[in-house]
Amino acid sequence: MPAEKQQDQKDKRTQETEEVQPDQEVVEQGEEIKEDLDQILDEIDEILEEDSEEFVENYIQRGGE
Amino acid sequence: MTVPTIMGTETEYGISVKNARDPDPVAASTLVVNIYKDRGIKGITWDYDQESPLMDARGFVSEGETDIPDQENNSLINDVLANGGRYYVDHAHPEYCTPECTNARDLVKYEKAGDLILDLSRLAAQELLPTNQEIIIYKNNSDYKGHSYGAHENYLMSRNVPFQDIVDGLTPFLVTRQPITGSGKIGAENGASETDYQISQRADFFETEVGLSTMVARPIINTRDEPHADEALYRRLHVIVGDSNMSEFSIYLKVGITAIVLQLIEQDVVGDEFRLSDPVLAIKTVSRDLSCKEPLALEDGREWTPIEVQRAYLELAHKHISTADMSDVVSDVMKTWEFVLDRLDEDPMSLDRHLDWVIKKRLIDAYLRRHNLTHSDHQIRMLDLQYHDIRPNKGLYARLLKNGRVERLLKHEEIVQAINNPPVDTRAYFRGMCLQKFPNEIHSASWNSMIFCTDDSSLDKILMDRPHFGTQEMTGDLLRDCTAAELVQAVLTSND
Repeated sequence: MPAEKQQDQKDKRTQETEEVQPDQEVVEQGEEIKEDLDQILDEIDEILEEDSEEFVENYIQRGGE
Repeated sequence: MTVPTIMGTETEYGISVKNARDPDPVAASTLVVNIYKDRGIKGITWDYDQESPLMDARGFVSEGETDIPDQENNSLINDVLANGGRYYVDHAHPEYCTPECTNARDLVKYEKAGDLILDLSRLAAQELLPTNQEIIIYKNNSDYKGHSYGAHENYLMSRNVPFQDIVDGLTPFLVTRQPITGSGKIGAENGASETDYQISQRADFFETEVGLSTMVARPIINTRDEPHADEALYRRLHVIVGDSNMSEFSIYLKVGITAIVLQLIEQDVVGDEFRLSDPVLAIKTVSRDLSCKEPLALEDGREWTPIEVQRAYLELAHKHISTADMSDVVSDVMKTWEFVLDRLDEDPMSLDRHLDWVIKKRLIDAYLRRHNLTHSDHQIRMLDLQYHDIRPNKGLYARLLKNGRVERLLKHEEIVQAINNPPVDTRAYFRGMCLQKFPNEIHSASWNSMIFCTDDSSLDKILMDRPHFGTQEMTGDLLRDCTAAELVQAVLTSND
């Protein structure tokens, strides 16, 4: 195998290895977003109308405009 | 020829009384409107003489009856606001109309002031109800059972523009602006094809391309020809195809880009090149396409994605509106429009701080996962509805705003200010200031009239047929220095 091509393959492998390595910053950002979402989901659990089934059923409007 | 930008929005709110045995939306709407009325300016009625809702822009008068209330009911269901807007009972909904504004930023401010007015009314009305009952008001457009209530936009246009140019030039724009303007909704309605989640609250209700009705067989282009201004010079385009938005960012872009496209149509630089082969089908296709990538068939055989159509309009705007003529707001709207189209192209979910349908989708997706639910579960329907709840402690959008999770355009204090102060640069200034200064001398008002009663013997009507007159610059001194009688005298003399 010509040296050049070997180098190419090596580069490619390195790139591939790099791609599967999780970027710590991205992971942290992802975790932050998840925590952030968790927080709002907790809030939704807290404030969502009780008896939502009955409420949604009974929410009937007349057409307007 | 283009006319000065004047625009406003009308919002019909959904209303319900929790734990009421037989909730009556008309009674609840009347209660909230009336109780707010008692806080401020009393006894002023709406001048229905200026209305002509059956006039069709295609050049004829439609058959039908207009519903004009008697004096007592008029006073019961109508309120003219200190900010120049209108607050009234429309059928079975409380409705708030903003005062006339000259730019998108002001319009966001006055529309959001309406949400605060509704909430103040709700709180006051609550005092009169049994403690176990609670009034709940939603700024959305559907009860998910096939009943829709509107969010209407109004734009002043030159009478010289042939109506067909508006139909040809605006329809493709309105159909493809949904990924920017949609508020998101679980499920389908009105017989449209099933879907878990769609971009628009309203798309399923549009059944025809052009027409006068707003209640049945709704048209994408509404032909109501009621300019509320000098009809020889102006038309008022009544856009009924949009959603009610919670997000300031969504409102801003919705009215900002639509005003720009109407200016292009007035300049006669939009032809029929974007005409869609089936707009009524396309409006539902776009609403269901959460990727914003599904091509639409144009009449000439091309196939464009909604974003490509929007980009074509944006390009026309860049080409034909010179930067020298652009106000700061218009220039910012253009930049923001481009930013949003780029994001929608790359990944619509990246706009989960900006656009209502994306913000809501993010919440729904996460909530589905957490509780292992499906889109048809009642908790998810409740979440969808509660996103639009105007109560600051219960509304999901309100909570996101409070937690800094959605973009803000305005300071809360600016919105509060807009409850009682009219815009300074349209006739709304004259209307709002007259109401504040002469509450006892005004008999009735409408968009283009103020009727004064300065003595016991007669009424004097001031017509305001130019929406960009009556500004602070033009009338501020008069309003400061005159009595009501002097003001009427001065205005009527100057009109002669």
